[in-house]
Amino acid sequence: MSLNDAVFFLLAVITAGSALGVITSRNIVYSALLLVVTFLGVAGLYFQMNAGFIGLVQILIYGGAISVLIIFAIMLVMDVEPHRTNPPSPRLPRRLGGIYLSILLVITMGAAIWFTHWPLAVGTTGADEMAVLADLMLGKYVVAFEIAAVLLLVAIVGAIILAKGADDK
Amino acid sequence: MEHFFLNIAHSLIVWLMGLGLSSKGADLVLLIVQWICIVAIVTINVIVLIWLERKVAGFMQQRLGPNRLGPAGMFQTIADAIKLLTKEDIIPSAADRIIFRTAPIFFIIIAVMLYVVLPMGDGMQIVDLNVGVFYFISVASLSTICLLMAGWGSNNKWSLLGAMRSVAQMISYEIPLAFSLLGVIMIAGSLSLSDIVAAQNNIWFIILQPVAFITFFIAATAELNRGPFDMPEAEQELTAGAYTEYTGMRWALFFLAEYTNLVAVSALASTMFLGGWHGPWLPSWIWIIIKTYLVMLIFMWMKWTFPRIRMDHLMSFSWKVLIPVTLANILVTGAGIQFLAGMGW
Repeated sequence: MSLNDAVFFLLAVITAGSALGVITSRNIVYSALLLVVTFLGVAGLYFQMNAGFIGLVQILIYGGAISVLIIFAIMLVMDVEPHRTNPPSPRLPRRLGGIYLSILLVITMGAAIWFTHWPLAVGTTGADEMAVLADLMLGKYVVAFEIAAVLLLVAIVGAIILAKGADDK
Repeated sequence: MEHFFLNIAHSLIVWLMGLGLSSKGADLVLLIVQWICIVAIVTINVIVLIWLERKVAGFMQQRLGPNRLGPAGMFQTIADAIKLLTKEDIIPSAADRIIFRTAPIFFIIIAVMLYVVLPMGDGMQIVDLNVGVFYFISVASLSTICLLMAGWGSNNKWSLLGAMRSVAQMISYEIPLAFSLLGVIMIAGSLSLSDIVAAQNNIWFIILQPVAFITFFIAATAELNRGPFDMPEAEQELTAGAYTEYTGMRWALFFLAEYTNLVAVSALASTMFLGGWHGPWLPSWIWIIIKTYLVMLIFMWMKWTFPRIRMDHLMSFSWKVLIPVTLANILVTGAGIQFLAGMGW
């Protein structure tokens, strides 16, 4: 096993282990913090694949912003004992439904990954990775990029109006 | 003198290879040595910085500051450090023990991680990432989670309020901080810190981007939770914010990390705007130290000059003033680059 493989397995164990912790932890704050570890583990996998920029986006957006939002929301709405905030569902039909859905998801995803013909990257992603990304985003896919930006802006304005009220002048 | 540290690193590599290590192994050992050096320098430097901060505060307020222990009170911080090291480590019975204990550790780890990409002299950069600036910003954004952990884990309303405030503040000011750096990145045409330093060979970016420097400085002050933006700690109303329940070494770790962040951000400011390690006569690594200390002195000057800003003013200042100004700066910079390119520069 090369060093590369060892690093991959270490990252995989961290990512999968913390993801397992997210769903098994009885304390929802622990779940949220373990989710941060999962995000960082995924970022590590990106780094290992030489996609440094994507990995850093993962850290900035998921590790630094989205997880803070999740933790904030949890802390603001939590009113029971912390260690009983994330209990397993007590009813059997729900559990079975969850198991059924997870198996379905694994099979669908597995099939999708297995049967897709993945185009292998030719050459290496080197120092100009950023330039390639910028050219694609602001050149070929500029319309989609701008539409996504407008969509996000609309969502933000909508959220502000929902929170503050439209009549509030 | 110029290649003093580079020569040490080189001879270490040669010595290790002579012992029969492969070049990768020698690099690994060198990396570990560099880490140890960063941690040691950061820790010792904080002792000097706290003494300096007290002296500057005293000077601003027309008093002497520490003056009993050692020449000009220099050993006062060492005495304080010994006191903090030997103090009892109190964990409140209602606190969440794991989160309470780990929060300061993660906070200091993140603070030290920032130094990986900072060029501390000609060729003196541990890793020259092609996305160095972005690395700095995204790793620094992780420290909000540690403050949230400290505030929530303490199970104390002052701690939680302080943590909430600091998170709201840090998330809001992250945006103008990144935006003000974008102007520099656009001119340099690179996210790599070494490229940005190289682009300042002829002219410092503070001259080309004065607005960006001012907005960066303001946003950085808020990111560091320093005065006049130290609402998260506001001792008159929140005792000590997220650090209220911390004692002894754990509190000291937070304090250490805050000063570590201060040095890192000052070094980033001097790299991005003040020409990095460029400078005449003296070796490059002395220049970056001089510039970093200069920026830190301005941070201290600001802290002890302005009164604290109210929380709602603080937030609306970021969203209604700083972000529009930085966006306008990006627009003007882009238009200027296009215009000069059209002129044939």
